[in-house]
Amino acid sequence: MPREDVKKLLRSKFMPHIWCPGCGHGIIMHAILRAIADLQIPKEKVCISSGIGCSSRMPGYIDACTLHTAHGRSLAFATGVKMANPELTIVNVMGDGDGTAIGGNHFIHACRRNIGITAIVMNNNIYGMTGGQASPTTPEGAFAATAPYGAIDPTFDVCKLAQGAGATYVARTTVANPVQCTQFIKKAIEHQKKGFAVVEIVSFCHTQFGRKNKRSRPTDNVKWLKEHTVLKAQADKMTPEELEGKIICGEFLNVENAREYTDRYNDVIARAQGKK
Amino acid sequence: MAKKFNIEVVEKWCKGCGLCIAICPKKVLELNDQVKCVAVRPEDCIGCHQCDNTCPDLAIDIKECE
Repeated sequence: MPREDVKKLLRSKFMPHIWCPGCGHGIIMHAILRAIADLQIPKEKVCISSGIGCSSRMPGYIDACTLHTAHGRSLAFATGVKMANPELTIVNVMGDGDGTAIGGNHFIHACRRNIGITAIVMNNNIYGMTGGQASPTTPEGAFAATAPYGAIDPTFDVCKLAQGAGATYVARTTVANPVQCTQFIKKAIEHQKKGFAVVEIVSFCHTQFGRKNKRSRPTDNVKWLKEHTVLKAQADKMTPEELEGKIICGEFLNVENAREYTDRYNDVIARAQGKK
Repeated sequence: MAKKFNIEVVEKWCKGCGLCIAICPKKVLELNDQVKCVAVRPEDCIGCHQCDNTCPDLAIDIKECE
């Protein structure tokens, strides 16, 4: 069992969790719990929301206010929670399919509004729970249940998508570096006062993705992630050809003077009531 | 004197994925015949917490001995 303050945030009676042995989602859950524990936010003030998928099983194991919602619509529900109670710290966890395919519209519009939610996109390159179908982040040439000859669709870059749509904190890291995961999640949670924060955490699915792509053990995947990670400072000096197939990790955007949506909304309420 | 660490593994939670064994710089951990992680060389532990941080099942706890 982990350290005491992290253990208090865990619904121990539901452990061990349902994920496969060595699943990256467990590493991300541990990082989220450490971040919340480090920031010393009381658990009544934390709301974890999720959609559908492997990654979205997470709120079941976290002892805070939790919300397990419709596929892809977790951000819509989270927006409602934030509007009703802006005091809450909202961590929205979603998978790559949940966030960028089924909930793509909700994702870009939450970015556009710049509402104070921390969205954590767990990118495992595949739809794991339903049997390994190709998702919008499956790399070109990778095999999947619906791409037996290799995927041909170009992929989404979640960080660029979020930046383009107007999020004010964007970072990417991998599960091979759990300490950096905690660090970025902490920053993203602190950024909630200023707006929408996106942390893409590159995870892996050795069961569905790995076995079709010669990475069937969790250790192979972590090794692969370590070999293919490039830090942002390093990546700035590299050519696009050198960066092909690499995962760039780091903070891409951190706007300090952004205004949060519920703040602006309260201004509208005050104006409508003639107080301003 | 070198610090000593107590390594506790919750057997019920451990699924034997081997991530902790791969990451340990001192080769403290090994799998037993029930495919659960055990600390076979706890005296070598340097308390880096890498296994603890990387464990997806939250099964490892490292505490410094007093």
